[in-house]
Amino acid sequence: MGAQMRVYRQRIRSVQATKKITRAMELIAASRVVKAQQRVRESSPYARALTRAVSAVATFSNVDHPLTTEHDDVRRAAVLVVTSDRGLAGAYSSSVLKESERLIGDLRSAGKEVVPYLVGRKAVGFYKFRKREYADEWTGFTDQPTFDAAREIGEALVAAFNRDYEDGGVDEVHIVFTRFVNMVTQEPDVIRMLPLEVVEGEDAPAEDDVLPLYEFEPNAEQVLDALLPKYVTARIYNCLLQAAASELASRQRAMKSATDNAEELIKKYTRLANQARQAEITQEISEIVGGSDALADAS
Amino acid sequence: MSTLQVELVAADRKVWEGEADMVVARTVDGELGILPGHTPLLGVLVEGEVRIKSGEGSQSATIDSGFLSVDRDKVIIVAEAVDASQFSA
Repeated sequence: MGAQMRVYRQRIRSVQATKKITRAMELIAASRVVKAQQRVRESSPYARALTRAVSAVATFSNVDHPLTTEHDDVRRAAVLVVTSDRGLAGAYSSSVLKESERLIGDLRSAGKEVVPYLVGRKAVGFYKFRKREYADEWTGFTDQPTFDAAREIGEALVAAFNRDYEDGGVDEVHIVFTRFVNMVTQEPDVIRMLPLEVVEGEDAPAEDDVLPLYEFEPNAEQVLDALLPKYVTARIYNCLLQAAASELASRQRAMKSATDNAEELIKKYTRLANQARQAEITQEISEIVGGSDALADAS
Repeated sequence: MSTLQVELVAADRKVWEGEADMVVARTVDGELGILPGHTPLLGVLVEGEVRIKSGEGSQSATIDSGFLSVDRDKVIIVAEAVDASQFSA
């Protein structure tokens, strides 16, 4: 076997091995994305109940809570960047990072100091490589976020928000994450988490769905005190779940196109290998013919 | 007599939904019992047991901190973590 052909055969084998890996990853991502979407759905009764309760308290009492008060002079803003732990998900992490860079640029040009909080090893790597400072990091759960993780992040952010500016506290908290629109579309998105704006869910409440005149136990302030941190946590949890679903969906897409590319390559190399084989055979024949001609001439 | 529509919701799932005659939970101020026709209420719950009584008997679940809302005989109990191992579906 000629050297040329051996090289092509080797390439084909290596691409075939890669294809097997990418195909497996595609299938795994495809099965997990369904579960991730289901988790987003399962978390919605909690979020709905919480949102309804918070808006009930906000409507029927004029309680000023620190978490809802706008600071007049915003000097420092926290940005929570939600990326993935692992790569091979196309542009998933890089588009979130790009969006966060844009936001940070905007905040800086508005004269605010920016404190980054990072979720996912990709964001941590991005900041470490550029030797940039960041406040805190959470890693190791991005494709399957737990509620405990969301609670930890929520507590850290609320604590930073409640601290004074002089002690390193922040006046605003933003989140950059990937919104899961559907299986083909996931877009990086920015929301301002704190100070809180209480928003009803995607679907507006029905006309006749008036909030009743609630009694509060023990009183409105304490109910709000207990509810708002939970509300923050629930929204962070929802962001993490959407980000996880987006990560898996974009990994599935990236791996699908990788598999397709591998197939293309295999086809191309097979053609080249066939060509090399034919060329070898042709050469051999002409050598034999040439040899026998030479022998005939000699005799 | 009318009954209560009860929903027990944890952070990551809806644990239970059904009809009941009475719900007992522990708020910051103490034990609280809800019967049909209760006035709308929003209460903060502390760690402890929630009992849901219906015709067939009583069921209980352990929750960590959460809250409870009552509105037109619809009771929603919300907690971050719910241990409902004793619950029948």
